[in-house]
Amino acid sequence: MTLDHLKSSLKPGFYAGIVALFISVIGMIETFSNRDIIHGVFSISHTFLVIIALITGYFSATRAQRAGIRQHGIDRRAEVVNAIAGSLIAGFVMGLFLAVLVVVANLINLRPVFVNVTPKLIDLLTFGRPSLAGSIVPLSMFTIVSGLGGALSLFRSDIRRLIVTSLLWFAFAGLISEVIRLSLSRLGVNVARKFVTTRGLTPLGAAVMLALIFAIVYASQRLRDRQRRQPDQSSPARKRAVRFRSWGLIFVLLLVLPWVVGRVPSDVLVLVGIYVLMGFGLNIVVGKAGLLDLGYVAFFAVGAYSTAILTSADQLPNIQLSFWAALPFVIGITGLAGLLIGAPVLRMRGDYLAIVTLGFGEIARFLALSDWFSPVLGGAQGVVKIPNVVIAGIELADPEELYYLIMFFCLITLFISWRLEGSRVGRAWVAMREDEQVAESMGINTIYYKMLAFAMGAMIASLGGAVFAVKLNTVFPFSFSVNVSITVLSLIIIGGIGSIPGVLVGAFALVGLPELLREFDEYRLLLYGVAIIYMMIVRPEGLLPSVRRGRELHEDEMAQDAWGKPAEVIPVPANPELSG
Amino acid sequence: MAAFFESKELVKKFGGLTAVNRFDLKIEEGEIVSLIGPNGAGKTTIFNLVTGFYSPDEGAIYFRGHDLVGMSPHQITGLGIARTFQTVRLFLNMTVLENVMVGQHTRGSSGVFGAIFRPPSYRAEEARIRERAEAQLGFFGTRLTGYRHDQPAFMLSYANRRRLEIARAMATEAKLLLLDEPTAGMNPRETQEMTELIGRLRDERGFTILFIEHDMRVVKGVSDRVVVIDYGRQIAEGTYAEVSQDEHVLEAYLGRKTKDAA
Amino acid sequence: MATITRRIFLKRFSWTGLLLWALRIGVLVIVLWGSISTLASGRYSASTWLALLIAGLAQGSIYALIALGYSLVYGILLMINFAHGEVFMAGIFTSVFLAEALEESGFLARHPFLTIGALLLLSMAVSTTVALLLERIAYRPLRNAPRLVPLITAIGASFFLQYAFRGFFGSGFKVYPEFGRMMGQWNIFGANIQVVQVAVFLAALVMMAGLYWFVERTKTGKSMRAVSEDKEIAALMGIDVNRVIVITFAIGGMLAGAAGVLRGVYQPQGISFFMGFVPGLKAFTAAVLGGIGNIPGAMLGGLFLGVFEGIGPNLILQGLGIPAANQLKDVIAIVMLVIVLIFRPQGLLGERLAEEKA
Repeated sequence: MTLDHLKSSLKPGFYAGIVALFISVIGMIETFSNRDIIHGVFSISHTFLVIIALITGYFSATRAQRAGIRQHGIDRRAEVVNAIAGSLIAGFVMGLFLAVLVVVANLINLRPVFVNVTPKLIDLLTFGRPSLAGSIVPLSMFTIVSGLGGALSLFRSDIRRLIVTSLLWFAFAGLISEVIRLSLSRLGVNVARKFVTTRGLTPLGAAVMLALIFAIVYASQRLRDRQRRQPDQSSPARKRAVRFRSWGLIFVLLLVLPWVVGRVPSDVLVLVGIYVLMGFGLNIVVGKAGLLDLGYVAFFAVGAYSTAILTSADQLPNIQLSFWAALPFVIGITGLAGLLIGAPVLRMRGDYLAIVTLGFGEIARFLALSDWFSPVLGGAQGVVKIPNVVIAGIELADPEELYYLIMFFCLITLFISWRLEGSRVGRAWVAMREDEQVAESMGINTIYYKMLAFAMGAMIASLGGAVFAVKLNTVFPFSFSVNVSITVLSLIIIGGIGSIPGVLVGAFALVGLPELLREFDEYRLLLYGVAIIYMMIVRPEGLLPSVRRGRELHEDEMAQDAWGKPAEVIPVPANPELSG
Repeated sequence: MAAFFESKELVKKFGGLTAVNRFDLKIEEGEIVSLIGPNGAGKTTIFNLVTGFYSPDEGAIYFRGHDLVGMSPHQITGLGIARTFQTVRLFLNMTVLENVMVGQHTRGSSGVFGAIFRPPSYRAEEARIRERAEAQLGFFGTRLTGYRHDQPAFMLSYANRRRLEIARAMATEAKLLLLDEPTAGMNPRETQEMTELIGRLRDERGFTILFIEHDMRVVKGVSDRVVVIDYGRQIAEGTYAEVSQDEHVLEAYLGRKTKDAA
Repeated sequence: MATITRRIFLKRFSWTGLLLWALRIGVLVIVLWGSISTLASGRYSASTWLALLIAGLAQGSIYALIALGYSLVYGILLMINFAHGEVFMAGIFTSVFLAEALEESGFLARHPFLTIGALLLLSMAVSTTVALLLERIAYRPLRNAPRLVPLITAIGASFFLQYAFRGFFGSGFKVYPEFGRMMGQWNIFGANIQVVQVAVFLAALVMMAGLYWFVERTKTGKSMRAVSEDKEIAALMGIDVNRVIVITFAIGGMLAGAAGVLRGVYQPQGISFFMGFVPGLKAFTAAVLGGIGNIPGAMLGGLFLGVFEGIGPNLILQGLGIPAANQLKDVIAIVMLVIVLIFRPQGLLGERLAEEKA
């Protein structure tokens, strides 16, 4: 028996090594070491490396198994050996990269060029033995962890799923331990301190959390298994009632959320809400009408600035309207801006449109910064003294209160997007996205419908801008960089273009998480970039796709499937003239 | 009394190539006219001119008293001309019924506010659109009805795609249908069926039809009048029997350029 | 004749058409009015204009080199490699460390030309590597995807690269050695012309001439042109399309790397991870201006944009009484892009394969 097939493990190890080296050198490891999953025991950066090693181990084990089967036939004992050996090899290769980094950093000072290769990083990678000999630590460490990952592949699939899901949720809980701490501390500071610290879960907290998560995951898996075995036979009316009740529950949860989590997370929630709102808006432009608008921040800025100017007590055109009196003007002005920008650019081809709108986004910021407009827009200082929103005599000063304002806007927008779906307007948009020429020949005025989508997107963004202005009570140009556009675009892409739950999940993951973990902030665009590339290549329909969009992006494959064997795509009742 | 449809001295050039050269055509209401000619003779270009995808370099197009030159395609569709495409172009990810409902676009008027607030007028209109769309699909027998309504269009077979495209054009409630090679890629049985269908479109639904066709059995079977073009210019016109004896036509198809014989 | 008049006067009235005409006239009026009032005010002498022109040409030649990368890739894959600005950034940002080291060791003072050579080599190597990695990892899997998908990927790649380099080299600003001051300046017609401006311009011209020769004369260049005409037919003719695409990205990367060093030599300040974004946008503008996919077009477009950007704010905006007009340099470039795309999307010299892409 040759060992040739174990070569297949080199590749995953190689890639994992590059990734581990990359995140070390760009400083992610060091930055995240300040936050622990379990206080004093296990930091987030170690979690990253361990996860990479586990995944590598798992993949290389399955690869080695498969290669072994190809070369030597099926043999249960050999499979176990292959899995372990393969994952150990991959882990060794991965560890080698980090070991080399440790060696090199010991021999020459890399810091003048690679600013993030600090002594602390080396310290972290070697678990406190930053000497030349310490390079042995990552090497052995990741070989072992990868081996564990390989061992995981030998478990029965349902047990494996249970372990993996629980551990992932646990890691997530560790990530958001700050939120847990803040919400628990409302029960009493001393209670909270037992379970969580500012740096992560305590060992006790970790144990409780792990047990809790394990129980929940186990129960939900059992439940799902049972459901799969005996599908739901209840009547449609009952199903509807169940669905209605679960939506009601979610709604009530959303209503009380800010009071559960407390002030700081509520502030984040408001920001998440603003991005949810903009996600809905951009979904109309990109998802429904198929126009790739990269300058969405321009409308957000127009909304924020016009709110600021109309309500501020400070600015030169001293208008001082109340928020609600200003709102119709804000929406109107931004809608008009949408039309003005839209009129010239909407005739362009899709890729040109993308770049031009990107340019417009930048123009908005340049103009806001310029001396030319500074008498009105305040130049780099921006506009200050924007009063809070008042509803029925109550001033929305705290984020917990502002949350309801943004939620109200989100619900309205959600309602509008939902109603437009499947209406005459919605059909026209879909048709236009599918084939613009044919849509035109079906009597659809494509320019009009593009303008409509663009203006509606703009108006929704202006709501976000308005809330943003009253949230900070000041606006200034640096809030309106291209990063905003990219963030909104990323969140709808990652969530799934055209998908409503996708926007929610995307906004929480892409905006909420980085706000809670300020360490993320430095790397968020890097991660968005990776996520976008990954999604486009592997899963263009997003994590939570809308049905239609999913079809669209896999059109080629599906069309082929449909031609060859229609019954496999969607089960159809037997029909003698299936072939038409 | 203006003609139902008339094109006068249409000219369309692409760079140095004159695709359509002083093309005249008159169609009476209720006629079925076929447009034939060798490949590259300019047939599809004529369709594109009539439906507003291209604007002619010279000439005029009249349809029921309107001058179509300079109108955009959606306006022309609104006036009552609908078309199908040589390479079937459906909205593949929309359902069969939705495809046809899009065809009803010009016969509706609801906008964003209607969609959001859904007043009775909106609901009545949606119901009417749906009903008419279903009626168009019913024209093809059972092929596009029932469970097919909610299937995405990409699930359909080739022949059904052609039928759906015609249903979609019918749904615009046009007076004049332009069909671009409706039987291309069909087997003989399907071709025969399509030939009958074109006749029924006129007899039962009152459409006037102009269609491009290469299959001479279809042309012979259904057209009142045949127009032959070559190099963008009309070379013969008349009944099938007349045209098939015309020496210009024989020359165009068989003579000069053997390569282009259809 | 009658039909022509009818076309102009009886053409159906449309609001967008009207708006476009208004825009066209508006732009013309603003440009004319601004220029005339600036010229009439006599604020600048002819020699100032000459100095601005030369500076614009130097700046423009850098844009042109980057623009060629956009144009080459577009010509072959019909995609906008939005991350190309970052390819440019990668080269110069890396080479600045070598420059610092050489300056410190005194090598630069002894052999300035060798130094520039070494910098060019490093910068081009890094940019080329980045361009090739981009092609391999981000674009190749999407060769047959709908058009907007690779563009979105390119945007993701662009931000990934920016922040990866920020992670590598930090977020601070770096400075190139002061080659410009070493070269001194000439006095021509009373205008002070920096020698470095002329040198940058000439260096870029040499590179562009080299590229033109490569594409027009060599066998590889011919296969590039063949692939840009029709990928499938080229493949049938025995051309290795993948290889041609890789070469195209490599050439684009090399030119961007070279542009990086020229930028560093010409404007030593402000080298950071974010420096690729705006030049990238402008180079794209230049490529579109000249007709994207068209090699001489990208060169001309770059030079034109550089000059327009150098002279435009002073000439047009100051005449309109806008304060600190040079702040709006970038705005002018983008507005120009919009105007070109509205009125002449095929660019000044015409786009290759214009019809296929509609």
